[in-house]
Amino acid sequence: MAHKPLRLEIPLIARGHPHGSGWWGMIMLIATESALFVYLLFSYYYLAAQIPTRWPPGGPLDAKLSILNTVILLSSSFTLVRAERAAVGGKNPFAWLITTILLGTTFVGIQAAEWTNKAFTPSSDSFGSLYYVITGFHMAHVVVGLLMLCTVLTWLWRADRPDQSLPIRLASVYWHFVDAVWLAVFFSIFIFPTLV
Amino acid sequence: MIIEAVDAPPSGDNPKLQKIWETRPGLSGWLSTVDHKSIGIRYIVTAFFFMVIGGLEALVMRVQLAQGAQNFLTPEQYNQVFSMHGITMVFLYAMPVLSGFSNYLWPLLLGARDMAFPRLNAFSYWLYLFAGLFIYSTMPFGQAPDAGWFNYVPLAAKTYDFGLNIDVFTLGVIFIGLSTTGGAINFVVTLMRVRAPGMSINRMPIIIWGTLTASLGNIFAVPAVSLACALLWFDRNLGTRFFSVDGGGQPLLWQHLFWIFGHPWVYAIVLPSMGMVSDALPTLCRRPLVGYTAVALATVSTMVVGFGVWVHHMFATGLPPIGLSFFGAASMVIVIPSAVSVFAWIATIWTGRPTLNTAFLHFASFVLLFVIGGVSGFMTAAVPLDWQLTDTYFVVAHIHYVLLGINVFPVLGGVYFWFPKMTGRMMNEKLGKVGFWFTFAGFNIAFFPMHIVGLLGMPRRVYSYATDLGLNDLNLAITLGAFVLAIGLLLFFWNVVSSARDGAEAGKNPWSGPTLEWAVASPPPPYNFAVIPTIASRHPLWEPYLADADAPRSMIDRGFLLDDGRQTLATSILDAEPQAVLSMPDDTLVPFLISLAVAALFAALLLHGWICAALAMLAIIMLAIRWLNPPQIRAAHGS
Repeated sequence: MAHKPLRLEIPLIARGHPHGSGWWGMIMLIATESALFVYLLFSYYYLAAQIPTRWPPGGPLDAKLSILNTVILLSSSFTLVRAERAAVGGKNPFAWLITTILLGTTFVGIQAAEWTNKAFTPSSDSFGSLYYVITGFHMAHVVVGLLMLCTVLTWLWRADRPDQSLPIRLASVYWHFVDAVWLAVFFSIFIFPTLV
Repeated sequence: MIIEAVDAPPSGDNPKLQKIWETRPGLSGWLSTVDHKSIGIRYIVTAFFFMVIGGLEALVMRVQLAQGAQNFLTPEQYNQVFSMHGITMVFLYAMPVLSGFSNYLWPLLLGARDMAFPRLNAFSYWLYLFAGLFIYSTMPFGQAPDAGWFNYVPLAAKTYDFGLNIDVFTLGVIFIGLSTTGGAINFVVTLMRVRAPGMSINRMPIIIWGTLTASLGNIFAVPAVSLACALLWFDRNLGTRFFSVDGGGQPLLWQHLFWIFGHPWVYAIVLPSMGMVSDALPTLCRRPLVGYTAVALATVSTMVVGFGVWVHHMFATGLPPIGLSFFGAASMVIVIPSAVSVFAWIATIWTGRPTLNTAFLHFASFVLLFVIGGVSGFMTAAVPLDWQLTDTYFVVAHIHYVLLGINVFPVLGGVYFWFPKMTGRMMNEKLGKVGFWFTFAGFNIAFFPMHIVGLLGMPRRVYSYATDLGLNDLNLAITLGAFVLAIGLLLFFWNVVSSARDGAEAGKNPWSGPTLEWAVASPPPPYNFAVIPTIASRHPLWEPYLADADAPRSMIDRGFLLDDGRQTLATSILDAEPQAVLSMPDDTLVPFLISLAVAALFAALLLHGWICAALAMLAIIMLAIRWLNPPQIRAAHGS
């Protein structure tokens, strides 16, 4: 029987191409990072369940600033979707991209302000430790996401090829992941204590 | 672009591809290579280096325990030695040695020119090397980790262990976890992207299934231990309260997080080696593996169930009976996929025509030792029996039967089997058999009596025992066995060194193997395949003997050339239909440099050099940006 594929027309995929292997690499990175946050929240609920007093010991936290921050972070995902669409469609993504970066930076600023107005510290009790470490881990991820977006911004600025949309797609999927994690963090720290 | 199949040159050599893919000479070439074959061999050599250190630690322990009430080691020295022995063997030998084999073999088995992420591959290796050196860095100062390889709190908390010992453990485990995770992601994406056309998932060699399963397991399991170590490091260095009861923390949280990682990890360090046996043993038995599909499914299901058994390490911690029953039952369920594989191997030997060479002896004894280790594991899955046996030498016997039985014996056999491919030379059979019998006898003399002293109640991890407990004779036998085992391994190393120098020429395919690695020269050229092969069955090189006359045949000597720079073929995930030509990266120093920066970061964290840590972090970010910069953009601006 004859061999079939003797002549093929298929794309040449350089690194940076939308179908490069980097896409799957990023998905796997997100998978392992998701596992990290699952274990972090497992620790949170485990310690919450084991404590004999109420959780948190000082009563539920004031959520006002964090609700505002949630809105800011979620809207940054929407602006990034617009930036990504623009980049993939060969249009100018810079306005949307810069808006996203500003929203992300505002989130970090508000989160830093939240840290200073707390009555407890990382070493007061297990809730304090969890609060600072969980929000700190998340904030570190936001900062990494911002670094990615800034890097992508400079790359797009310098690029003169329209098919370079992989970096922004990768930064974008990572950013949405960081947003989704925030929803889980926000629910656990601010909503869950009011339900029990 | 349009690509056309061409014939490979009859010699298999292609000077143009050679020039494109070969590593540059000199130190900078050596440090910047991304060739999966070099990286694989480096992994294996480094893993054996750490295994020798871990083995010497074991011998030191056995000298101390040869008789009761000896003072060869102080209690603190003993704590450090047994902890470092476990850490070394579990983290620095068992997983990396398998990563080495998989790195070396994967692209050759898959018909590709390299892994999906060659630079990530180099990065994983350098991280592993530096993490190993980092973990050992405090030993000369008498401050090595000393709370065992699973490092339970509160013993490992600052209150009871206030030196650098535990800090180097926590940071070191996070460090090695980065390496493992990078490697795991690379294997998974490699599987998804670069298999030869036609290699649908039901035609992959079993070692591919084994390493794939282990890698997926690691992607989800390693974060648990990294997190546990980070939290403990925070507790010890920043005053958080995760594990301290008086601040609302829970020591048991450590055990949960550690074993959520630990048990899948146990499977991650045996499934690839079981895969090696599933491929090599049938070759030596002159027949295909019995029950390919069942063994592949057993491999995957072992890992799936393996995520739900971690509490069996915690039966004696006072958890509620309903939890214990669930986890006991889940642990027993693991027997089913394990038995499927065992029966498949036995049936393969039974119905084949085995070649009784050194590699075969290692693989066959692996089956026996796996059964013994499996039965002792099944015993401890029963909660009441576990309460009697936990923290005794019975568990030590169990872990060594499974880890040496399922990891070391297949690895030694694997070296005998693939050494000809890696070096072009055969290992010495006569010396190999003598070495095997020393290893096998020494292993069983050393570890079988541990079941008995464990049943008699001898606790593990204690530096000595009273002389009037009736344990002296058995412990002396264990010590003698350990030294016999060491002689066997020495003979193995001697065989490796002398055969590399003047072993018999191996040729392409000394075992008449069925898979693609045997279709290329030994050692393979830097580009692996002169043309990308096309696969039509599970055993491309055995088709003349196995396939129907009119069945489609694999194409080894005719295929796509892809010689416009470093290129390999991307195929679809399930059916391996050609999808694209992938442009692959050149050699680069960046992975080495970034690993150095990571090492500097961990050293700074260990010594609380916060400014150094910040600088190292900055260096990592700069290098990472340089690494990820897409090449065309750089070229467009002429930099």
